[in-house]
Amino acid sequence: MSVPRYWRERVTKYRLIGAQCTNCGKSFYPPRKVCPYCGSRDLKEVALPRKGKVISFTVIRVPPAGFELYSPYLIAIVELENGTRVLAQLTDVDLSEVKVGMPVEATFRKYLEHGPSGIIEYGIKFRPVIKGEDK
Amino acid sequence: MKSLQTVGILGYGVYVPMYRIKAQEIGRMWKREGRLPIEEKSVVGLDEDTATLAVEASLNALKRAKISGSFIGAIRLGTESKPYAVKPTATIVAEAIGATPRLMAADLEFACKAGTEAIQSCRALVASGIVDYALAIGVDTAQGRPRDELEYTAGCGAAAYVLSKKSHEALAYIEDAVSYVTDTPDFWRRPLEPYPCHAYRFTGKPAYFHHIISAAKLLMEKTGLSPSDFTYAVFHQPNVKFPLTVASILGFKKDQILPGLLVNAIGNTYAASSLIGLAAVLDVAKPGDRILLVSYGSGAGSDAFSIVVQDSIEEKRELAPLVKDYINRKKYIDYATYAFYRKKILV
Repeated sequence: MSVPRYWRERVTKYRLIGAQCTNCGKSFYPPRKVCPYCGSRDLKEVALPRKGKVISFTVIRVPPAGFELYSPYLIAIVELENGTRVLAQLTDVDLSEVKVGMPVEATFRKYLEHGPSGIIEYGIKFRPVIKGEDK
Repeated sequence: MKSLQTVGILGYGVYVPMYRIKAQEIGRMWKREGRLPIEEKSVVGLDEDTATLAVEASLNALKRAKISGSFIGAIRLGTESKPYAVKPTATIVAEAIGATPRLMAADLEFACKAGTEAIQSCRALVASGIVDYALAIGVDTAQGRPRDELEYTAGCGAAAYVLSKKSHEALAYIEDAVSYVTDTPDFWRRPLEPYPCHAYRFTGKPAYFHHIISAAKLLMEKTGLSPSDFTYAVFHQPNVKFPLTVASILGFKKDQILPGLLVNAIGNTYAASSLIGLAAVLDVAKPGDRILLVSYGSGAGSDAFSIVVQDSIEEKRELAPLVKDYINRKKYIDYATYAFYRKKILV
């Protein structure tokens, strides 16, 4: 990803900011210009709930460039507490531990590095809920 | 000139990564025999660094402070393990917690004292009325040269404190503080060098002990307090022996020290070390308790604080994970995995 694109997307990726449609009320991530459910362009940015559960997952064994260090790693569709579904990497969990329905929460992590001299990309991943986070 | 405000701690939060390596496992690698300085230390995962640890601790601190990131007027982030040599880590944290763009933000470096230096700096900004809310962070993903004594102890962790003027909403307040600094080359890292160097036994008496004892005595003289006036004391903890020894020299009893002594479980988390210790004490403290906090940073210096716990600690404590929640969340790794996670092997 180019430096300007990373910069443009940093707020939504750092803080799990989605968009909510003021016409049909549904929210989605990442934010888009047009509601994927009803086609409305009347959208507002919203901070999405940081907790949810794993709906589906898969193991990436042949990773795209930049993610080689993590291989094999998990990506999942996470359904947040308000029903919004997010596609994201899972972290702090072994391949043998992940389960559909597993409670997870958003965590700020490193995505990749542009080599030893380039920028470092950060953003949201999901991990099993830490004891005490439900307080 | 405006009179200075007494500064309160509105919220605190910590983060310790889940991976642990036992000192015994490091000793196995290097065929070391005899006593080891600690039991085990914390290790970051592949996708964690100083910025990610700091964000986690800061979000926990904001939960206890019951404010959103947009209220933060200044961030001071103390670390010696910056992800970028040039580019502030504090701006990454500011963006992730929603504090941008109207704030001051900078990283501070003073070896293991950088975290309390951040508290001193934020305290000054709040006391002077320049900002209403300031976020002080101590964070490190410390590295020790393979086989070196520091490899057994150099750990990873973060602690964050939201400071504002003293009010009933503050869970504690800073009664007084002093700093004690000299030019003492006991530990250093030159530019482009991956690992620090140290002066072996020189790191003890003229460095750690001289600065901590001097700062603690200076604070007690200034405030008229003595060790028996403090319910708890937290000292920088590079290993188990040093903080216990310095406590005994200053006249503190073991039961004042043990609740904040975490090095055996997570290692020396450098700029976060004494601040995670303080958080562990706040996790168990009662209103009215007085806490002595004395950091130590090589190079060298100590900051000493007298902190008094207030009523709102009882209500705020449970708003974020406790230190023990992070200590108990652990997964052991072997030396090979540790070497991979800490980028000590080429992949």
